[in-house]
Amino acid sequence: MSSAIATPEKPVHKDFFHKAREARSGFRSLVNRVLSVLCVTLAFLALIPLLSIIFLVLKKGLPLLNWSVFTELPPAAGQVGGGFGNAVVGTLLMVGVALVLATPFGILSAIYVNEYAPYSRLANAVRFVAKLLTGIPSIICGVFAYAVIVLTTGGFSAWAGGFALAILILPTILLTAEQALIGVSKAYREASYGLGATNFQTIWRIVLPDALPAMMTGIMLAVARAAGETAPLIFTALFSQYWIQSLKEPTASLSVLIYNFSTVPFPHQIQMAWTASLVLVILVTIANISAQIVFRKK
Amino acid sequence: MADQTAGIEQGGIKAFRKGPDLFRVLCWVASAATVATLAWIIVEITHQSWPAIRESGLGFLFGDKWIPNRGIFGVLPFLIGTAVSSLIALLFALPLGLAIAIFLSEDFLPLPIRQAIRFTVEMLAAIPSVVYGLWGIAVVIPLVQIFGSWAVVAFENIPVLNTLFAPPAYGNSMLTASLVLALMILPTITAISRTALVAVPGTLREGAYALGATRWEAILGVIVPTAAPGIVAATILALGRAMGETMAIAMLIGNSSRLTSSLLAPAGTLAGLLANQFGEAEGMQVSSLMYAALLLVAMTLLVNMAGEFVLRYTQKRTAGIR
Repeated sequence: MSSAIATPEKPVHKDFFHKAREARSGFRSLVNRVLSVLCVTLAFLALIPLLSIIFLVLKKGLPLLNWSVFTELPPAAGQVGGGFGNAVVGTLLMVGVALVLATPFGILSAIYVNEYAPYSRLANAVRFVAKLLTGIPSIICGVFAYAVIVLTTGGFSAWAGGFALAILILPTILLTAEQALIGVSKAYREASYGLGATNFQTIWRIVLPDALPAMMTGIMLAVARAAGETAPLIFTALFSQYWIQSLKEPTASLSVLIYNFSTVPFPHQIQMAWTASLVLVILVTIANISAQIVFRKK
Repeated sequence: MADQTAGIEQGGIKAFRKGPDLFRVLCWVASAATVATLAWIIVEITHQSWPAIRESGLGFLFGDKWIPNRGIFGVLPFLIGTAVSSLIALLFALPLGLAIAIFLSEDFLPLPIRQAIRFTVEMLAAIPSVVYGLWGIAVVIPLVQIFGSWAVVAFENIPVLNTLFAPPAYGNSMLTASLVLALMILPTITAISRTALVAVPGTLREGAYALGATRWEAILGVIVPTAAPGIVAATILALGRAMGETMAIAMLIGNSSRLTSSLLAPAGTLAGLLANQFGEAEGMQVSSLMYAALLLVAMTLLVNMAGEFVLRYTQKRTAGIR
């Protein structure tokens, strides 16, 4: 009798837990699926602002984009026409100054850090300082250049702007150059020493040529970064309505032009800011893409 | 220990390197100059801010009014503005950035699509700050205005929310600046978190799957906790970036020195203050701005150092798991 009662009860018992387990596994896979969909949705959500930026820059920037914007001076307040030729020249010039100032220091430091004394205290300090310098706000580079150059020479200048940008890109150049040197095979160095080459010969004729493409990548990335920056320039190079005559005078740049024109109440100037944005984004993208191409060749 | 043996090995090679090496001296000078640059920045800014430090001392930090033409310089509204805008930006960017990092490190969708998304996020990092500002003026300000005028009515009687979204609703506001800031730090969070997630050994994931975990149980229970220090580092470094971001904020936040609790009101940040006032500043104002710059340097240096240390700890720890 007792077994007769127990028998029908047992499957019920089993069934209950089985169902519960099934329900739980159903719940688990539901959670799994929901989270996957959520994650993918969020990832695609990131596309929206970027597409919006690119769309607007093209839509609002293209109408005014023609050859004359590169050859004419910025329009005065309320005026129509004109361009930003002086700002393009100013940006390129100050990025050039920054490169001339920062590249030797960046690359020579990288050589010291990776080739001469990789484990020395100075090398560790250089690496750490470079990391910290990457984290310093770009406006601080401007403040520094203002204190060192604008206050001592008594005026805003392309030099001050270029100097601020140089501080900004120094860590980029240094850290990418170090990576470039790390990428050079150790066997090359050993072979060179084995043939009796000195330290300098090895670095200059074996290591550097091999690391050069990767170093160029870093330099192009630095160009991209410097060209897009505004904060270091607004109170070092300031702005100018005219073509640049010398490095000692206030100088126009694309990014400061965008900043200045974005806040004025004239629609034409605002549209010109969009056109300048388009040119700036194209410039930065070209620098970034050429960095990738140079790197791929290696 | 590892460093020591490597040093000896290096010394071994060094024995072959003979001859006077002027180039080495040159490289040493460049290295020393690089290190000195940071010190020079700090010393120079401190030097320039000395008059302001002497005059107002620590009171500068707690003064809640900034009125240059009356010689009143208090940086508190900007300190708070910097902290609040960065934290709100993190609030938005962290979940989104982490989701993208997980998406990129998992195989939900085929590789080309993932690479496209990764490229997109990297593009976000390449767009100049001033273009974000211009875009923010055209797109985010109108959106925030619409949201704001809805929010002040909808949250009128809800405590806390009615102070955060108090009328009047401006477009140039803390909320606008924070939203654009979130977008700008997204690439930092995504890139560093992704590196941390990819560095988690595959064996841990396999173990979780073998114990019957679903994909997300493995991600949330094993992979993310293992990568946590890296994600923390990503967050800290993104915070450092957010605090120093200048142009977009200066164009969007409204640059007000009035302290308010409403996110829909104009506010100001340290970096925005510098961008706005340095061009025309004179005398004590220059010195006070230098003092503000010094505070900004100190804050970002501390945050970045913390981030670097966590990152180093992470790398050591991950090496330990392998």
